[in-house]
Amino acid sequence: MSKPRLLEQKFLDYKTSTGFWLYLMTDCVLFASLFATYIVLHPATAGGPTSGEIFSLPMALTETIILLTSSFTCGLALLALRQNNLKQLVIWLAVTYVLGVSFLTIELSEFAALVGDGHSWQQSAFLSGFFTLVGTHGFHIFIGLLWLLVMVAVLFKKGITLKVKRQLGLFGLFWHFLDLVWVFIFTVVYLMGVAS
Amino acid sequence: MTSRQREQRSMLIKYILGFLVSLTLTLTAYILVSGQAFSGHTLVFIIGGLALVQMLIQLVFFLHVTDESGPRFRLMSFGFMAIILVIVVAGSLWIMYHLNYNMMDMSSHEKNSLMTTERDKGF
Repeated sequence: MSKPRLLEQKFLDYKTSTGFWLYLMTDCVLFASLFATYIVLHPATAGGPTSGEIFSLPMALTETIILLTSSFTCGLALLALRQNNLKQLVIWLAVTYVLGVSFLTIELSEFAALVGDGHSWQQSAFLSGFFTLVGTHGFHIFIGLLWLLVMVAVLFKKGITLKVKRQLGLFGLFWHFLDLVWVFIFTVVYLMGVAS
Repeated sequence: MTSRQREQRSMLIKYILGFLVSLTLTLTAYILVSGQAFSGHTLVFIIGGLALVQMLIQLVFFLHVTDESGPRFRLMSFGFMAIILVIVVAGSLWIMYHLNYNMMDMSSHEKNSLMTTERDKGF
């Protein structure tokens, strides 16, 4: 590629990732308002269960470690992308996908168990806040997994192109960001919910 | 080793380091809570602090905010977002705490009659 074309490409990469970063920051503000709502409504149990009674710490820890590991394998995938190593890239993306799916499965089974015991979002303001906050994060994970599937399909069809590189870079930002939000859900909802 | 290889090597080291430190911080917070090593507010502040440290670690090692060259738009927008975040979260907590505190000694009957008189005033 000629030098001006390369510069143009770099500038495009820079513009796109900065724009995507701005989206992530607005998403942070969305999560901030959900966190504020949850913390304020935390004591409003309306005769229903308190956070200490329904949360299982070992389960939350498992979810945390799974998501952290998937964030790490996503980083390894980005590294393979830099080396133009298609085989390693697909392997690490597949590992990330499997970890993401197991995270979502555990979360949904937790939700199902709560609803099955009669502790749905309708029972108290505290539970509404909980389901909204954790559910919004889970929905982001779901969208991320769909995105990942599409990226792998494109990789199989077209191989590593400049466009795919740029898009996978954005996916990496998104996935790392979701792990970061989960750190706070784990701390504020689960750990502090059981500690206090 | 070419400069490209060196860059990729440092990226790999960053990912491994970020992963291990995050894992350690998560496990520390978990053990502190399940072992009940501290009580009440102290424990809440300690695990909150651990989460903040982990955020910084992940921002640097996973999201590479410090690798930016030129105008640091990512860092600037992050700072702006952090200000909004603190205002929203701390502000809500502050207001609701005082609201709860001032309404504390009222029975539900008293609250209802207060609201009725306020409503009759035309609010």
